[in-house]
Amino acid sequence: MPATWLVLIVLALSAIGYVLGRQRALQSSGGDSRALHSLPSYYGWHVALMALVPAMGLLAVWLIAQPLLVENTISGQLPDSAIPESSTRSLVMSDVRRVAEGLDIAVSQGAMTTDEAATLRSEFTQVRERLAEVGVALGSDVNPAVLSAAQDYRAMSRTGNLMMTVAVLAIGLLGFVYALSRTAPQFRARNVVEQGIRALLVAAASVAVLTTLGIVLSLIFNTLEFFKLYSAWDFFFGTTWAPSFGGGSELGVLPLLWGTFYISLIALLVAVPIGLFSAVYLSEYAPRKIRSVAKPMLEVLAGIPTIVYGLFALLTVGPMLVQIFGDDGVGIMQASTAVMTAGLVMGIMLIPFVSSLSDDIINAVPQAMRDGSYGLGATKSETVRQVILPAALPGIVGAILLAASRAIGETMIVVLGAGAAARLSMNPFDAMTTVTAKIVSQLTGDADFASAEALVAFALGMTLFVLTLGLNVFALFIVRKYREQYE
Amino acid sequence: MTDASLPENAAASPAHRSLNTVDARTRKRNRAEARFRAYGIAAVATGLVFLVILLGSILFNGVGAFQQTFIKVPVYLDPAKLDKSGERDIEAIKKVSTFGYTPLIQQGLFDVVQAEGIETPLAKPGDMKQMISPSAAAQLRDTVIANPDLIGQTVEFRILASSRVDGYLKDRVFREDVVRDKNIDVEHLDIVDGLVAAGVIAKEFNLSFITGADASESRPEQAGLGVSILGSFFMMLVVLALSLPIGVAASIYLEEFAPQNRFTDLIEVNISNLAAVPSIVFGILGLAVFIQFAHLPQSAPLVGGLTLTLMTLPTIVISTRASLKSVPPSIRDAALGVGASKMQAVFHHVLPMAMPGILTGTIIGLAQALGETAPLLLIGMVGYIATNYPDGFASGFMDPNSAMPAQIFEWAKRADPAYYERAWGGIIILLVFLMTMNIIAIILRRRFERRW
Repeated sequence: MPATWLVLIVLALSAIGYVLGRQRALQSSGGDSRALHSLPSYYGWHVALMALVPAMGLLAVWLIAQPLLVENTISGQLPDSAIPESSTRSLVMSDVRRVAEGLDIAVSQGAMTTDEAATLRSEFTQVRERLAEVGVALGSDVNPAVLSAAQDYRAMSRTGNLMMTVAVLAIGLLGFVYALSRTAPQFRARNVVEQGIRALLVAAASVAVLTTLGIVLSLIFNTLEFFKLYSAWDFFFGTTWAPSFGGGSELGVLPLLWGTFYISLIALLVAVPIGLFSAVYLSEYAPRKIRSVAKPMLEVLAGIPTIVYGLFALLTVGPMLVQIFGDDGVGIMQASTAVMTAGLVMGIMLIPFVSSLSDDIINAVPQAMRDGSYGLGATKSETVRQVILPAALPGIVGAILLAASRAIGETMIVVLGAGAAARLSMNPFDAMTTVTAKIVSQLTGDADFASAEALVAFALGMTLFVLTLGLNVFALFIVRKYREQYE
Repeated sequence: MTDASLPENAAASPAHRSLNTVDARTRKRNRAEARFRAYGIAAVATGLVFLVILLGSILFNGVGAFQQTFIKVPVYLDPAKLDKSGERDIEAIKKVSTFGYTPLIQQGLFDVVQAEGIETPLAKPGDMKQMISPSAAAQLRDTVIANPDLIGQTVEFRILASSRVDGYLKDRVFREDVVRDKNIDVEHLDIVDGLVAAGVIAKEFNLSFITGADASESRPEQAGLGVSILGSFFMMLVVLALSLPIGVAASIYLEEFAPQNRFTDLIEVNISNLAAVPSIVFGILGLAVFIQFAHLPQSAPLVGGLTLTLMTLPTIVISTRASLKSVPPSIRDAALGVGASKMQAVFHHVLPMAMPGILTGTIIGLAQALGETAPLLLIGMVGYIATNYPDGFASGFMDPNSAMPAQIFEWAKRADPAYYERAWGGIIILLVFLMTMNIIAIILRRRFERRW
């Protein structure tokens, strides 16, 4: 891997730079570090950073940009005649990539010489068989245009890699030499180094912005792509969810939203009373000993991964509910995967979420308010109901909204516990499905991103993102708006 | 003056009130109080009962996966079958596929059954097939290829029993169900009973569940978690290497240097919102950016690690900022007072003091990432059968692999109930990892926590 080697070389260069920069600074002042503007190590760091950072930055940009550039050029050069009726340019490009990779593997295993790989003609050689020998399976015989495109692809990539190596090393050396030449007793090394470090800190902080940007852009572009293939009206207001990869799918989001809300509702009906009463009991009533044991134990529930809850729903809670409500019992539950199963388990998962958030909020209510209430003769429960809960209400509503947003975004429990059938039903013992579960089922398996059936997942993701973000912002807004009056 | 009127007034009041006699209204209020308190206790108890049921069913269902049924069979490695030329040529021996070994094992087990004097209507060695795991032939072949001199000798092997036999010993498969089962008959179970009594078949601790590779859908007895543990390990390396430096750098900037402006506000809002974005959305991001856009390989731990890094960053930033904030300003002032620059004050004094808190937050963030499944589903870590150990360090990052939670999900989806036991067992291993990480975090916090 040339990139790994490049990184190692540049790192070594920068390590050498540190030593040399430090030595040179000391030499220039005749070994007396007091004559220097900064501590000697700053001169070392200056050279090290100048050698490292620009080179690494260039490498990162190059590694991202080069494949895109090569891809676009080759894709532009592909004649229209090379693209079969039933295919698209992107599919042919993926063939090109596969052939190019195959040729790389063949060369690296010694099954082909470099020249042979570059000049191979599909008219004369059975490329498919030759590549199959080295373990690269191709779906069909290689079209001459594809083969020559693949060879161009390899040639361009190789030139690109060579240029990258040269450019990165040159930039690294340039920074090294430049920094070393500036090393002199009057040079303000510390200020320069600190400015550089500050820039790095800003860059790290910007990663968060870039992540959000990445999420939003990837969702928006793919969602727009989806709405080109499928009407937005039918997506948002369709009441049937019936994807079929052969075409003619109906992709209405309403049944999925209904399933999501129904499951979240049941989860909140379980979690909110239990969580809220636990918080009240633990913060107002419980002796210190019980609190110090029960609170962390409840919080263990929050640390358990969701896959565990999913399995618990599928294999323990579901069969148990079927025994009670199934055909042997009440007779309204067909299978162990149901809204009730997923909702119940999700409720258990959310208990610590509601309870610890509410606990914090209840503890934040000033003691003076409790004392005032006791002084007037109220009992503890009256104080809780008439003084503390009203005071803490905005915070508690915020906590419940956050729990709801988590319930809507929860994936593993519903994938395993809620079933796969999308339907609009009122019976909580029916199997239903949710937005998250359908994102998973539409995007796992064959990754052909061009079809409406796969792209719909991005539209679902967008819906989910907007919903949870809205809930979070609303929760924060409520907390901020009503909090101050008790402080 | 008042003396005379007082008794009359007292008589006019509705009743004699005494603190010693409780009137109806107080009784009602006290009852309400007791009820309220009972609701509280009931709520806490319900939560704890759920926890106990959850942990109990994990343990109850999962412990079985750590034991596996093995058969001790002496097998005669017939030279006529394994090395026809008789020259012990390794290439010739390699040509014999696992199909060549299967009859030898069946013959060996059949001989054992005869020797133990177990009466059975099954009269052919081939009838033993249902009791032996399909993996046994490969095990024999590997042994013989590693040591060709064994050919011609009778060697005792410890081979896996088929998953039905294993299930029978673990009370998962019952005699009544076997009637409809194509994979095993009641006669086999009779033999199993006899062999268990003779000590030939026994349940033993199964190390290969922890260290082994995943197996195909038809042989659950062979499946292990080892390869996906490695996958998780490489993913966590990526997460640690990226999210710790980036997270700490971002927090230092926001906490110590950032001016009050629009850009800082933007970053802050972003971080707090990212912490609440559902994990599946990060999976979509990983799919669109790393696989669709950057053409990184699917199912690679590198991609999983990058995706989980983005998801863990907000957690680490939030906890790092809290621990930076808890270092008192007097430390910074003292450093600045003796002539340190702002940067020196932060890196030489504030950061080392905040380090235990940062590490605790990082470990908790890593534990969260380790248990996360949903994003991994979208970048192709499920459905991949992790049968190969990575060849080295680089291939550990780039080659397709699974991860612990993804492997558990994969097992939970398979049709054979024998895999459910494996999934529960996998959860036990996963929880042990998580518990260890959390305990380390707690110890770090206790050991180094400072009160200012």
